[in-house]
Amino acid sequence: MSTLSQQHIVSHDEEHATMTKSKIWKVFFVLLFITVIEFIIALAIPTAVVPKGLKNFVYIILTLLKAFYIVAFFMHLKFEKKLLKAAIVVPFVFILYFVVLMLTEGGYLQKYLNW
Amino acid sequence: MNATVSPLDEVKSTPWSGGKSPFAAEYGKLMMWFFLLSDAFTFSGFLIYYGAVRFSQASWPNPDVVFQSVPGFADHGYPLVFVGLMTFVLIMSSVTMVLAVEAGHRNAKAEVAKWMILTIVGGLVFLSCQALEWTHLHHEGAWWGSNPFLNADGTMGTNQFTDLFFTITGFHGFHVFSGVIINLVILLNVLAGTYEKRGHYLMVEKVGLYWHFVDLVWVFVFTFFYLV
Repeated sequence: MSTLSQQHIVSHDEEHATMTKSKIWKVFFVLLFITVIEFIIALAIPTAVVPKGLKNFVYIILTLLKAFYIVAFFMHLKFEKKLLKAAIVVPFVFILYFVVLMLTEGGYLQKYLNW
Repeated sequence: MNATVSPLDEVKSTPWSGGKSPFAAEYGKLMMWFFLLSDAFTFSGFLIYYGAVRFSQASWPNPDVVFQSVPGFADHGYPLVFVGLMTFVLIMSSVTMVLAVEAGHRNAKAEVAKWMILTIVGGLVFLSCQALEWTHLHHEGAWWGSNPFLNADGTMGTNQFTDLFFTITGFHGFHVFSGVIINLVILLNVLAGTYEKRGHYLMVEKVGLYWHFVDLVWVFVFTFFYLV
């Protein structure tokens, strides 16, 4: 019985391990900072110095980083139960697979159909 | 009788043995998550098709050339400035939304209302910016089925460019619009004291999830239409 009530207290504490105002503003500045970096790469660094392909790679990494901050902290998913996290994140395996499939297909069209 | 308890009669306390929510999330919140997952699949479908089309083309219009105006200020010469402003407004409104959720945890009614109002204002500003941008592009001759922009290599651009731009930003804008309406409804409920009587502001948290999702989608739309 004591273990049950202890568990209840622990889970209650987890519920309140939540976003404080200062944490919220910290995440905001991280998002702003990443966006500023994207602008600097886009506007201040010529393609001759950093090729477009590499720029695009960096953009996508930074985008995923921003997505992580929004989902983890603003949407609070980082503080949810492990199974809930898995239920939301794991299905994106299908998206990833679909991305690979469709981009391969698009590349094929350009190479062999000469659009 | 002996005192040993048979395995069948033992009280189980694992998350999935019943009697409590295994996800420790309220029903509506859980359903909002699953709805957003399905919506993420919809947007992924759009963006992946866009990617496939781009991979099938030898060249594509340069976003720094297409999106270089600041409506009402300058017609050209300012690539990314206006969309940068739109991105900032949307991130800001996401921040005010979490602040509303945070105030909700403290049952601070007036504060929740204040942050909700700012969130709604942010959404409306974003929508107005998008309307200005669409109008500007339309005046340049861009619309569904008509693409006035040349590819980066000087060849004729495909209509897929404008079709996809207006479809995807339009679908996102429609999400922002619905979000503003939903936020308004919740704000009215907050002001009416509905959640105060209920004792918790979970509804604010649920619409918050939706609102952050709209911001999340914009992060991807921004990258794939304006940067890449």
